[in-house]
Amino acid sequence: MGVITNITSFSRNGLSDWLLQRVTAVIITVYICFLTFYFLTQPNLDYAQWRDLNGLLSMKVLNVLTVISIAIHSWIGLWGVLTDYITVRLLGPKATFLRVLLQVSMIMVTLIYLIWALDIVWGI
Amino acid sequence: MLTELTNFLACILDFQTGNFKVQIIVNKKRPVNLDIGTIHLPITAYVSILHRISGVILFAVIALFLWMLDASLSSEESFNSIKECMTSLISQTIIWLSLAALVYHLVAGLRHIVMDFGFGETLKGGQLGAKIVLTLSVLLIILVGVWIWA
Repeated sequence: MGVITNITSFSRNGLSDWLLQRVTAVIITVYICFLTFYFLTQPNLDYAQWRDLNGLLSMKVLNVLTVISIAIHSWIGLWGVLTDYITVRLLGPKATFLRVLLQVSMIMVTLIYLIWALDIVWGI
Repeated sequence: MLTELTNFLACILDFQTGNFKVQIIVNKKRPVNLDIGTIHLPITAYVSILHRISGVILFAVIALFLWMLDASLSSEESFNSIKECMTSLISQTIIWLSLAALVYHLVAGLRHIVMDFGFGETLKGGQLGAKIVLTLSVLLIILVGVWIWA
């Protein structure tokens, strides 16, 4: 069971996942705080202004760091939730198959989000 | 004294021969409570499960936010259509609920980091931290509502 659960974790290492979850959380928080401050100080935001902001190299770097962080953070977080609740003890012998299926689906969605997000923020 | 010694030796003998009749009777009389509905969860458990629920919700909300970001940056027309869309009550409510999940998840996550530095790890500290998380996120969620509707 250990092998099955561990091969789908993000870094295959609990301590590394733990640290990555914190580091990515801080990056996402920085992004949210910046964007909240920006929206509050620019109540009449128009398209040109919004596009110019996201076209700045510094903003592109923050955007890319944030979307990569969200992907890693989601992977680690959902892995934790799925391995806690979709278990043989709670759901019976079919749980392992279901969990791996859900984990692979979760990873696929995360990667689709990541590619979509990178396409949005890098092409400006 | 002799009786006690005999009883003691009898116990050892029972243990060795696997005669656990006495223990089985005692075990059967023990109260068992597996009805989860009757177990009162502590405040820290509510804060923890809400952190997980809000996280799962946010995973779905990413799709909405990415769609909005994509539309807002694609062209002036799509930017304005997003702005137009945000004037309806249903869109505003969906955004408010999504931001509520985000605010709660962020505040509860900050508590984890504070605890990683060794603060609020005792029973009392954990309960106080849970109360701070709930109070602060309710206040911030109300403020988000004020920002959207006021």
